[in-house]
Amino acid sequence: MVELASNPVLDFIQQVVSGIAAGGVYASLALALVLIYRAMDVANFAQGEMAMFSTFVAYTMITSFHLPFAVVFPLTILISFAGGVVIERVMIRPFEGKPILTLVIVTLALFNLTNGLAGLVFGYILKDFPSPFSASPIILGGIYIGQQDLGILAFCLVILSIVYVFFRFTKVGLAMRAAALYPESSKLVGVRVSWMLALGWGLAAAIGATAGMMIAPITFLDPNFMQPILLFAFAAAVLGGIESPLGAVLGGLLVGVLLALVGTYLPAGQNLRIPFALVVIVAVLLIRPAGLIGRAAVKRV
Amino acid sequence: MALLELRDVKASYGAIRALHGVSLKVEEGSVVALLGANGAGKTTTLRAITGMVKATGEINFGGKSITGKAPEDVARLGIAHVPSGRGTMTQLTVWENLQMGAYVRRDREKVKADYEKAMNYFPWIRQRRDQVAATLSGGEQQMLAIARALMLNPKLLLLDEPSLGLAPIVVREIFEIVTAINRDNGTTILVVEQNANLALRSAEIAYVLEVGRVILSGKSSELAKNESIRKSYLGD
Repeated sequence: MVELASNPVLDFIQQVVSGIAAGGVYASLALALVLIYRAMDVANFAQGEMAMFSTFVAYTMITSFHLPFAVVFPLTILISFAGGVVIERVMIRPFEGKPILTLVIVTLALFNLTNGLAGLVFGYILKDFPSPFSASPIILGGIYIGQQDLGILAFCLVILSIVYVFFRFTKVGLAMRAAALYPESSKLVGVRVSWMLALGWGLAAAIGATAGMMIAPITFLDPNFMQPILLFAFAAAVLGGIESPLGAVLGGLLVGVLLALVGTYLPAGQNLRIPFALVVIVAVLLIRPAGLIGRAAVKRV
Repeated sequence: MALLELRDVKASYGAIRALHGVSLKVEEGSVVALLGANGAGKTTTLRAITGMVKATGEINFGGKSITGKAPEDVARLGIAHVPSGRGTMTQLTVWENLQMGAYVRRDREKVKADYEKAMNYFPWIRQRRDQVAATLSGGEQQMLAIARALMLNPKLLLLDEPSLGLAPIVVREIFEIVTAINRDNGTTILVVEQNANLALRSAEIAYVLEVGRVILSGKSSELAKNESIRKSYLGD
């Protein structure tokens, strides 16, 4: 952690900046949640655990094979993508078209399975995940900004931009959007909708992996390390509007800042972060269920 | 040889049988109408052809069986299905809707040419390409759906009640365009309609369905004179 500036205003700004950085991570994971939610109307409770497993894969490559980050990151993203596709084919596909609750249970099973498997393979001892970014801060107008924070934010923004460009400007991206929203019409124009779902899972797993690798140097790495992060991501997704990718990103940044402020300014604030995230979820669902930029869910009966 | 031939096609939704053995032929380059009241099985017949509902019997397209094929594969053979309710991808833009129509195609240059061709029938679409499809009127959405189908450069165009919920003047315009598409490009068209008057005027051949069976078929001009047709469907 960077030494706090004595000036309360600068101190506040510093907290906001580091909150935005962590927010980038929540935004990424929230986006992964939204992708799957849009495609199959189900909250993927295993999203965090999948990211955790990916992070362990990256950790193994770094510590056991001594590969540089420049190799580890893309490789982990690729492996996670493949893993996501395989998970969809093996665990989700057989339940396609089943009631939502069935799918929810399947993602919970996946949660436990991934968590247990990670414990079995990698063990439960806390591990120090090396950071690709320097720990020393840079000083900008009297504010100490951690290079780590800047690096995380930059990396997350790059990933989110790539995802945006993919969905907005590529044929497959367009087909994935269409398949998620209009499966029947998509089939009629020749889209293999079921494969688009698998692709969506792959993509969500890959995005989740980036979130895991970015947050691990700040926390510690163990099979449970992504669970609070997933909760924050859920808060972000709900706040932004669970159907809106842009909302997920905005929600992520906002939740990041809010949590940083709660952690700093409330007594025993660090311990209040998880309850606070839950409060955000409940409050949004009560006051504005559609979230910041989500559309109100009107279902015709 | 008929481009499309159905022989004794049966289909069910769960325990409810919707088609009790439908047989029909669509000759290449023709316009064929499928008439009948609500629940007669018109929509199900189209859905059976494109694999949206499981069907038994025999469905041949271009001399090959397509019975039991998945919709994605049927589309790849060149059958464009404009479903009832238009299947508009409402949250996507008009342009994205059109792009989706050409999803399975790899011949970019030809797709461009087909886009230009489609725009001849629907010139207003050009100016509104970037609009979200939900903002179009019902008639415009129906036209967009047909334009999207044309982006496939289909050998066979299936239209499911293009008149549904539209003002008579718009319906007439759409049917004029549909017949023009057939005349200009030789596109084979099978159109499902409740508006028998219009359908009989546009199609050369018509089939009349009743509770999942073909009860009458023949030249449109002759069916239009048929006493029971006039009573049941033409409002005489």
